[in-house]
Amino acid sequence: MAKRADRTLALAPWVFTIGFFLLWEFACRVLGVSPFVLPAPSSVLAAIWEYRTQLTYHGFHTLWMTLAGFGLAVVFGLLLGMALGASQIVNAGSYPLLVGFNSIPKVAVVPILVFWFGVGWLPPVLTAFLISFFPIVVNVATGISTIEPETEDVLRALGASKADIIMKVGVPRAMPYFFGSLKVAITLAYVGSVIGEQNASNVGIGNLLTRASAAFEVPLVWAALVVLAVMGVVMYTMTVMVERSMTGWAQRSQMAAA
Amino acid sequence: MKAFVDIHDVTHIYGGAEDGAPAVQGLSLKVREGEFAAIVGPSGCGKSTLMKLATGLQFPKEGTVIVDGKQVSAPVKLAGMAFQNPTMLPWRTTLQNLLLPLEIVQPHRSQIRRRKAEYVAKAEALLAQVGLKGQGDKYPWQLSGGMQQRASLCRALIHEPKLLMLDEPFGALDAFTREELWCVIRDLHAQRGVTVILVTHDLREAVFLADRIFCMSSRPGRIIVEREVELPRPRDLEVTYTPAFTDIVHELRGHIAHARKAA
Repeated sequence: MAKRADRTLALAPWVFTIGFFLLWEFACRVLGVSPFVLPAPSSVLAAIWEYRTQLTYHGFHTLWMTLAGFGLAVVFGLLLGMALGASQIVNAGSYPLLVGFNSIPKVAVVPILVFWFGVGWLPPVLTAFLISFFPIVVNVATGISTIEPETEDVLRALGASKADIIMKVGVPRAMPYFFGSLKVAITLAYVGSVIGEQNASNVGIGNLLTRASAAFEVPLVWAALVVLAVMGVVMYTMTVMVERSMTGWAQRSQMAAA
Repeated sequence: MKAFVDIHDVTHIYGGAEDGAPAVQGLSLKVREGEFAAIVGPSGCGKSTLMKLATGLQFPKEGTVIVDGKQVSAPVKLAGMAFQNPTMLPWRTTLQNLLLPLEIVQPHRSQIRRRKAEYVAKAEALLAQVGLKGQGDKYPWQLSGGMQQRASLCRALIHEPKLLMLDEPFGALDAFTREELWCVIRDLHAQRGVTVILVTHDLREAVFLADRIFCMSSRPGRIIVEREVELPRPRDLEVTYTPAFTDIVHELRGHIAHARKAA
């Protein structure tokens, strides 16, 4: 019984996804939607096959930009989050700055990056970084600043320094928050690198999108979007797998199992 | 024997207290080395403040706190603590939780890599002593509340502290488990000769375990009665049903009722 429910659960994502595309295909055919407005999945698939060399080349470039920006965001986010979680003054002082900075649409920052670094690989990487570090900072800081006071007392009575408490308790207990934020950050990093490529790069899916839409190559635009979505799902899944293996202790409730 | 913990005429006000009312005022008590002291009192009387003062987590506004011959001006480093909440770290196995103090207290801290096997053996022996033999590889959340509390006691003792502070450690347990753990702590105290300060509001617990009981007044807390418990050791759980035992409990009950009424 339980096994059967497990199998149904494992199949559900495939059934829903395939169902979604079938519905889309069906709607396009029955309603006779112009391919210029909304191409059917079959023609998008055909376009992906037709432009496969281009898509692979640009796709890998985007993947690379995303991962570089994401990596920067992880390192910077962890360090800043630790600083914010450890010190109330740093926390209170820098929050308005952080929130203000995060509120700026990153597409508006890309021109500045171009002034500084010119067109190339740096603007997409930095855009990916700038757009994705904020959730990591906030989550790591929350995890560290919410140490139970009694745990802190136990350690302080042993003569533990602030750094000891953060390293032994704060950082490990922030890990579920951290990995939770990575799921948000990886998708944001994608958005960032594509925005960067659209405005300040000669390669990448973002750049391909800009050129394809300028030339009204609608099937190629759609093909590029689908490739982006698939890469996003793959990266997200990988983040979830890393999360599961690192913080299994935090996912012990019935809720997590369901 | 000289006083191991000597709290003299201490008044303490928490920085965050809005009304500026002291948590404890004119508090004095002396606990001798190797003694088992219990502190009882109405709720909110500043028992936990006393714990924090004795371990150097808080410093008194007035008066002096002397532990092991030295005035306390920083966390004392020779204390082990256990609370009502076992506060085990869920990402560490029970055994790794026990080793945590050794990763912090010197000289163990700098030796833990070299002497790991020895420390692990020590932790396992301690677990066996409290009835958790072979449970070290389990995560704390895989243990029952009583078992977690046993492990928490082990963690408080692993670095062989001279002072053991227990803040209502059995408060959240059922009556049978609690009595079992009384015996565990009784045996640990007898065997190690550690000085224990137990904060509790269970009078039977205090009388069964302690050599000396301090009764606190309601807020601002101070000691209103100091009562020695002459019941011979080793004490068996049966002692809790004798008239001598009940008389002491009854007497203490009177003091607490009086302190509550005075509030």
